[in-house]
Amino acid sequence: MKCHHCDKQATVHLTQILNGQMHKMDLCESCAQAKGVTNPENLSISSLMDKVELEVDPNATSMVCESCGTTHQEFKKGGRLGCEACYHVFRPILDPLLDGMHAGTKHLGKVPAGSESRIHYEQSIDSLKKKLQDAVEKEDFEKAAEFRDQLKDLQNQAKTTV
Amino acid sequence: MFHKILNKEPGVKKQPKAIPITLSTRIRLARNLRQFPFPGRAEVAQKRAVLSKCIDAMSGIKGLDNSVSVEVDDLSELDRQILVEQHLISPELSQVEEGSGIVLTQDRSCCIMINEEDHLRIQVLRPGLDFSSVWKHADEVDSGIESAISYAYDGELGFLTACPTNLGTGMRASVMMHLPGLVMSKNMDKVINAVNQLGIAVRGLFGEGSDANGSIFQISNQQTLGESESAIIDRLNSTLESLVRQENFAREKLLQDDRSRLVDKMSRAIGSLKTCHLIQSAEAMDLISLVRLAADLGMMPDKFRGLADRMFIEVQPGHVQLSAGKAVEPSQRDELRAELLRNHFLRAPLLDLSSHS
Repeated sequence: MKCHHCDKQATVHLTQILNGQMHKMDLCESCAQAKGVTNPENLSISSLMDKVELEVDPNATSMVCESCGTTHQEFKKGGRLGCEACYHVFRPILDPLLDGMHAGTKHLGKVPAGSESRIHYEQSIDSLKKKLQDAVEKEDFEKAAEFRDQLKDLQNQAKTTV
Repeated sequence: MFHKILNKEPGVKKQPKAIPITLSTRIRLARNLRQFPFPGRAEVAQKRAVLSKCIDAMSGIKGLDNSVSVEVDDLSELDRQILVEQHLISPELSQVEEGSGIVLTQDRSCCIMINEEDHLRIQVLRPGLDFSSVWKHADEVDSGIESAISYAYDGELGFLTACPTNLGTGMRASVMMHLPGLVMSKNMDKVINAVNQLGIAVRGLFGEGSDANGSIFQISNQQTLGESESAIIDRLNSTLESLVRQENFAREKLLQDDRSRLVDKMSRAIGSLKTCHLIQSAEAMDLISLVRLAADLGMMPDKFRGLADRMFIEVQPGHVQLSAGKAVEPSQRDELRAELLRNHFLRAPLLDLSSHS
């Protein structure tokens, strides 16, 4: 495979997912280095944003967070948001960025024990119910019993903590 | 009080033995309080309010026993530098003006930065490779704080952070690795490219943009959203295992193909450490790195590995001044550093080549 920019052998294969679309590029080592793609840290938020904005929202450039005053320009320049409300305001341009930046776009980690534990609890219950149903459909009753017990345990735990 | 903690040896009896290649393990959690702008956007009064709320929330929680808190602007320039050199605070926090603080446990295993880029940066560190106990400690402190204050959190995006690159778990798990074999065999660039593609970042000893003096690199997860903490740690761990294998392979290959040159380097390093009278920190780091390598290869007694790890920190400019007990000019620092090294390596034996002939 040849480099996208010169005729040398391509050794770096860049795959970016921007706005749900996959972009692939094959580069040789020196072109890749020159473009800074060998180090994902160099893929700055601002360069990613240039691509994203045009595709997502032509009004993006006038966005401003009413809660803390952070403007679209400031976010683009510094790559930092000003407060939790910014995450709502800039969400449309943020979503496609997160896609390229992280392993996924949905939080799968620790849930703070406060009010949010309920969300997690509901998610776990839903997922167990679904697993249980799948197992019953597949007539895998051993697994089904296991899920049923887990479900019971989880519900009992919730009762005791409330 | 604070100065004393920095100056003393960390709890010697609990210190695990230094192991080859992996120097230390760290986990950092980024958290923000609800209803306050992030520090970069906050007025001094808001930062002060966050600071006192956080410090109140930390009193008496498990995992922070025997801790002290201090405001950054109450610390001397030197104390700040010491904290940076011990990897307890970031260079950024050491430069802030007002309204930022530090909470540090007596054994220095946990250090919380308040009003750095985020309201809270909970950090737990340990020598050697030990993610499970480091995670357990960080998780415990995090939950303890959260029982007293509400975090900025979104069901879908997780913990909300000033920079979207920290979103989700807000967790940066990292390991400090000593990779002289890969550096000497000129394979480090390739390795960095390869692990970058796995979503793992490689930095120098003092974080972003710093040099890799002493062949020490900080390896950490790049991504924080879309995976659980344990999945991130597992992925990092498997990358680390493969880095350890490659480093060992590079060392074996150097011993096979270029044995005399390698032995010569390590042997001269010991000579220089025993006899130097003026030495800069970068050179000192490289010499100490060779001593650690010699210990790993069985050519120096094991205890020199632990000594090397101590010296990596103690040859830093701030530490040299700390042990001198006063501010000293750079040229005089080089003299004091040389004296420190001569004293420590005075009785160091010559390389033991018996098992490698």
